[in-house]
Amino acid sequence: MDWGSILNNTLAGLLTPTILAFALATLGLAMHFGFAGLLNFGIAGFMAVGAYGYAISVLTFGLPWWAGMIMGVAASVVFALIMGIPTLRLRGDYLAIVTIAAAEILRLLFLTTAFEPVTGSADGLFGYNNSGGFADANPFPPGDYGWGPWTYNEQTLWMLVFGLMVLAVATLLLWALMRSPWGRVVKGIREDEDAVRALGKNVFAYKMQALIIGGIFGALGGIVLATSTNVSPGVYVTSLTFFLWTALLLGGAATIFGPVLGSIIFWVLQAFLTNILPALAESGILPVSGIQAATLRYVLVGIGLMLIVIYRPQGIFGDKREMTFVK
Amino acid sequence: MSSNSESQKSTGLHIGVAAPGVKKVDPILVIDSVKKSFGGLTAVDVEHLEIPRGAITALIGPNGAGKTTLFNLLTGFDNPDTGAWSFEGKQLAGISSFKVAKMGQVRTFQLTKALSLLTVLENMKLGAKNQTGEKLLNSLFPFLWRKQDNELEVKAMELLRRFKLDAKKDDFAASLSGGQRKLLEMARALMTDPVLVMLDEPMAGVNPALTQSLLEHVLNLKKEGMTVLFVEHDMHMVRHIADWVVVMAEGKVVAEGAPDTVMKEQAVIDAYLGAHQDTDLGVVTGRIKVISEEGK
Repeated sequence: MDWGSILNNTLAGLLTPTILAFALATLGLAMHFGFAGLLNFGIAGFMAVGAYGYAISVLTFGLPWWAGMIMGVAASVVFALIMGIPTLRLRGDYLAIVTIAAAEILRLLFLTTAFEPVTGSADGLFGYNNSGGFADANPFPPGDYGWGPWTYNEQTLWMLVFGLMVLAVATLLLWALMRSPWGRVVKGIREDEDAVRALGKNVFAYKMQALIIGGIFGALGGIVLATSTNVSPGVYVTSLTFFLWTALLLGGAATIFGPVLGSIIFWVLQAFLTNILPALAESGILPVSGIQAATLRYVLVGIGLMLIVIYRPQGIFGDKREMTFVK
Repeated sequence: MSSNSESQKSTGLHIGVAAPGVKKVDPILVIDSVKKSFGGLTAVDVEHLEIPRGAITALIGPNGAGKTTLFNLLTGFDNPDTGAWSFEGKQLAGISSFKVAKMGQVRTFQLTKALSLLTVLENMKLGAKNQTGEKLLNSLFPFLWRKQDNELEVKAMELLRRFKLDAKKDDFAASLSGGQRKLLEMARALMTDPVLVMLDEPMAGVNPALTQSLLEHVLNLKKEGMTVLFVEHDMHMVRHIADWVVVMAEGKVVAEGAPDTVMKEQAVIDAYLGAHQDTDLGVVTGRIKVISEEGK
């Protein structure tokens, strides 16, 4: 086994545009579920709306990259409104059903050949970073930057810096919101919305605001992901939603840094398993073929999710006291 | 009670003979032909009812009489089939629950709703109305709401001291006992500066020692000029603190009047108290013979 390359690949996985994108989406889930108690199983749909919103605005409507990104965010607000207006007055489970269905409908709409000139169907969309000017906006001169496993060319560095900035602003925003009286009301709604209603707060409006803000974080995740890879319908699948949930619960749903660190731990672990499992299979330690070993990591993710929820429901960074009082 | 002089009953609340639907001198809440049915069952069917201002009114009746449903209707948590009601002269029919609460008509719940994973102090601060920082855009700028928040904290701590919960201010509400949660819910309701406080079974599940202090708190509300309407099954409490009693049975108001007179009415005894209200339970069931002989 080549321990050197396994270690190198794992460490490189610590800081990639993909991880930053997933951390942003997980932050959105933290707003939804961790703080407002909204069961959103369609976060992949929010990411897709952001990514497609950006790419289509640039490719079809010829907008510059920053305007395209704003369009992607605006589209996610519309998406949140469409889902929220009929369901937020109902019990929480309805939102869960509607979001999981809406995300799938959206993915299938992007996948169908009916809109191929706009959505690119199964091939997805590409080239928007160049034609929209995102690549040209790169302030870094050509060259290699960084050290060891973290060596990047100027393009990847630009994606990383952009992603980091967006993530930092989103994290700061979430922190500022949750320490305020607004955050107190939202957390109260998570605990018991009738009690908050009886105190004269417009619960529906707060839930809608929380849904929109979390949705914007999800869309920003999709946009950051779109800056580094193509926009492809195969990415925004339901299993992505559940990976994000795992990262959220791992870090701690009702925390600010938990979602970010949970995402990093989760995807670094994924990178590690992707590298080590086939290697173990090849050297005969695991009695399975290389391809089987690669899919084994999804089994391990499922087991991991169950173990977290059972034994550490507050996540790694959650308040210890919360565990004593799980409803 | 220690505060005999303070807990004087309000009298002269009604005009004319005390009967279901009697007019009040100064009603705060006026209910007209409110009707609510669940399928074939008529849960509430109130012709006319007025709740007197500045007094403590008890709403009693057997289980399933529609007391809690009436509470839900009056506070906007449920919609009636027909009917209208007004609070301080303002029509409330069709108004959503949070707006009703904003007007100063605040309620508590039969099954206590403490916000478990918020601290006791956060629970309290949440209760206050008109907070600048509760608006989304304002919340990002602490200088807009910090001062108000500190003032609320002072007010909340004062109330918590009164309810003997100040030592628990940083604990999660989930760690409180059932009785303490009742106290917290009442204290939180007071943070809204209500005009009318509606308590749904404030004594249910509270131990006798705490009952005493809860009673004092309810009496204090009246002393501070608030109107109280409460649902309760504990007849001693009703007799002790209520100025006016409304009796419901099968959705209708069957009697109302001052507590000492209304509880002697045949309709009330039939509907609720039963024929054995002054006899020991052992006698009623016939399982304790000695007491039964003494009773005769």
